[in-house]
Amino acid sequence: MKALSQRRRSPLAVFALLVIGLLVTGGLYAVASGSVSKAQADETTQTVNGSVENGSKLFAANCATCHGLAAEGSDSGPSLVGVGAAAVDFQVGTGRMPMQMQGPQAPSKPVQFDEQQTADLAAYVASLGAGPAIPDEETIDISGVSDEELANGGTIFRVNCAMCHNAAAAGGALTRGKFAPSLAGVSEQHIYEAMVTGPQNMPVFNDSNITREQKKQVIAYLKHIEAQGSPGGQALGSLGPVSEGLFIWTAGIGLMVAFTIWITSRHA
Amino acid sequence: MSQTTEYTPKTDVGRIANFVNQRTGAAAAVKEFGRKIFPDHWSFMFGEVALYSFIILLLSGTFLTFFFDPSMAETHYDGSYVPLRGIEMSVAYSSSLDISFDVRGGLFMRQVHHWAALLFVAGMSVHMLRVFFTGAFRRPRELNWVVGGVLLILGMAAGFTGYSLPDDLLSGNGLRIIDGVIKAIPVVGTYISFFLFGGEFPGTAIIGRLYVLHILLVPAIILLMVVLHLMMVVIHKHTQYPGPGRTEDNVVGFPVGPVYAAKAGGFFFVVFGAIAAIAALFQINPIWNYGPYDPSPVSAGTQPDWYIGWVDGALRLMPGVLGDFSFERNVAFPWGHNTFVFNVLLPALGPALFLLGLLFAWPWIERWITKDNREHHILDRPRNAPFRTAVGAAGVVFYCTMWAAASSDLIATHFHVSLNDVTYWLRTIFIIGPFIAFWITRRLCLSLQRKDRETVLHGREAGVIMMSPEGGYSEKHEQLNEYKRWRLVSFDTPQYIPAQPDEDGKITKKEKRRAKWSKFFLEDRVAPVTPAELAAAHDHHEVEGGDHKSLGH
Repeated sequence: MKALSQRRRSPLAVFALLVIGLLVTGGLYAVASGSVSKAQADETTQTVNGSVENGSKLFAANCATCHGLAAEGSDSGPSLVGVGAAAVDFQVGTGRMPMQMQGPQAPSKPVQFDEQQTADLAAYVASLGAGPAIPDEETIDISGVSDEELANGGTIFRVNCAMCHNAAAAGGALTRGKFAPSLAGVSEQHIYEAMVTGPQNMPVFNDSNITREQKKQVIAYLKHIEAQGSPGGQALGSLGPVSEGLFIWTAGIGLMVAFTIWITSRHA
Repeated sequence: MSQTTEYTPKTDVGRIANFVNQRTGAAAAVKEFGRKIFPDHWSFMFGEVALYSFIILLLSGTFLTFFFDPSMAETHYDGSYVPLRGIEMSVAYSSSLDISFDVRGGLFMRQVHHWAALLFVAGMSVHMLRVFFTGAFRRPRELNWVVGGVLLILGMAAGFTGYSLPDDLLSGNGLRIIDGVIKAIPVVGTYISFFLFGGEFPGTAIIGRLYVLHILLVPAIILLMVVLHLMMVVIHKHTQYPGPGRTEDNVVGFPVGPVYAAKAGGFFFVVFGAIAAIAALFQINPIWNYGPYDPSPVSAGTQPDWYIGWVDGALRLMPGVLGDFSFERNVAFPWGHNTFVFNVLLPALGPALFLLGLLFAWPWIERWITKDNREHHILDRPRNAPFRTAVGAAGVVFYCTMWAAASSDLIATHFHVSLNDVTYWLRTIFIIGPFIAFWITRRLCLSLQRKDRETVLHGREAGVIMMSPEGGYSEKHEQLNEYKRWRLVSFDTPQYIPAQPDEDGKITKKEKRRAKWSKFFLEDRVAPVTPAELAAAHDHHEVEGGDHKSLGH
């Protein structure tokens, strides 16, 4: 203990403290993010059967204000007849619905309904008219995607998705306050549902546009680049040259100013 | 018969040095250069930041040329980056991926090269701003200012040609914009584009051509300009900030040998270390994310490197139509109709020509307006040249607005505002921002000058309140010491000179114009405190102080 208190004023103590701090935060983060992704995995493997009757009640209480009592739509919200269970699972399952306020686009926020309630709502909306169903496990199982198929998924992503979602899936701006969100941390099921239902300002990519197999490849590609991290170090938000330029003008030039002041303040 | 006894050194090093000196006469040069004096100030070192970044660029760039193949021949990638394996791409892109993933240390060297490039241009920019705002470009350094401006443009050219080499989607989009700008040049644009790209864009020639420019022509010219630049620094001697003992005829500082050689040499390793640390920790230009170039996709967040951003921003700010007026005009010529695409041509070339033109011409503009043709080796404090500082601030705002416009989409997503509104606001700032910046900066400078005058004449408010026997209150003022006062009074600023008649007794129109500018810039000049004013002010204080002293008795 005495040795420790003697060394705490050493110039290296700061670095030691920094390293310990980084390791602790990094470790805690790894544990926390690991448990989150595990929780998500549990979520997708569970199959919950929804009840149309309960869904109808939930709908009347939470959604009818904008979507109309019979989901026929109103000035404030579109008709939900024929949007399918997949649309409900995506919008409610990512917290986008119920909407917090009217705006150019509903952002994702903490989920308001539990799995059973979401399934009930989905079952109710699906009962109104035929639409895309929630994908089964086999449809979104990406474990069998080969390397060539994964690379093909990347090409499909760059040609069809990157113009809004950014080449690194980091998100991007659309007109008048609308935006394409980042795809980091979005589950396979939700990515699939977004493609088949075209939520918010996104276009629909149906099975004749991008086949089921190709959708699986795109999801596999996204999951692969998410898992691989950034090979070159801190990704700076994957936002391209803007964040790089900002970095060199703040950290880079800042560091240079610090060193020039240090060097010129030392007299011979 | 006389025998000359040659000096024979005793040590081995001495013998070698003597041998070299006898054959080259290098000792004289070392003696001369070693006694060059450089003043100590942190703001004088940004030119060095740029120079050292350039050396690092040459070193890391040489490494990259060993592995890069600038061919646009088609191939299928079979390296170790899985998400691109089997994808059809150019050999250039494939070899860039190999450098990133399969060459030992390749990714690190690529990142060193790219970060150094960003720091190179940033260092030059800060250096240039320092030179401008302190008036270091004045006689006799006007030509060196021009060489510096040429270096800045060459730095941007080197950056852009290098940025395009990997032939990834991001840089390909940038090239496509350049192609569009070239094609917007009336009449000859299409021909120039076909000549540059060896046919229709993108063709199969451009990467090889840019490679030759990037590794041979542009660096060679940069090197030449750097040599010119440094030679002129040696000829002109370094400028210095005003201070006691510093005059127009001396330089106060430390000699190159040994002090500045050590400081500057050490600083090279500091810059190298900083760039290496940044390159090791922070990813730059992840080309594997963007995929091979293909003219059809354009990814969100497509921007050029920061130093080209202002031109991209100007393009983003330009409206295609204004009400019913379209900027795309069909003009009839004797040989037929030609399309003038002003909504591309104006923003791509207009602001750049204006800003760079003003930058190059400024030393002469200032000399013409102020009629100040003397040599200046003592720098101005920016506040003591309100008109120049205000013009500089206006230029910075003008530049930065375009710069910000290049990231309008990211401003929109990160601050949760509408992209359209960002564009409208930036258009407004683009037009009125420079004027507001000019006005505010000038007022600030004048106020600071008045404050300086006040401090010199009446001293610093000590915060000690004294009550006189009559019940009146007064605050005690502390006088500055001589050294601090010197800094505040030892400057000289140009005055408004009304239009002067020429030899024939006539006042020319040009001279009237000059007088107008001179009046606009200099009419509310705050004059430095004269010794007479200072003496008068101090007498006044002594009378006041006399009262207090008499109270003590």
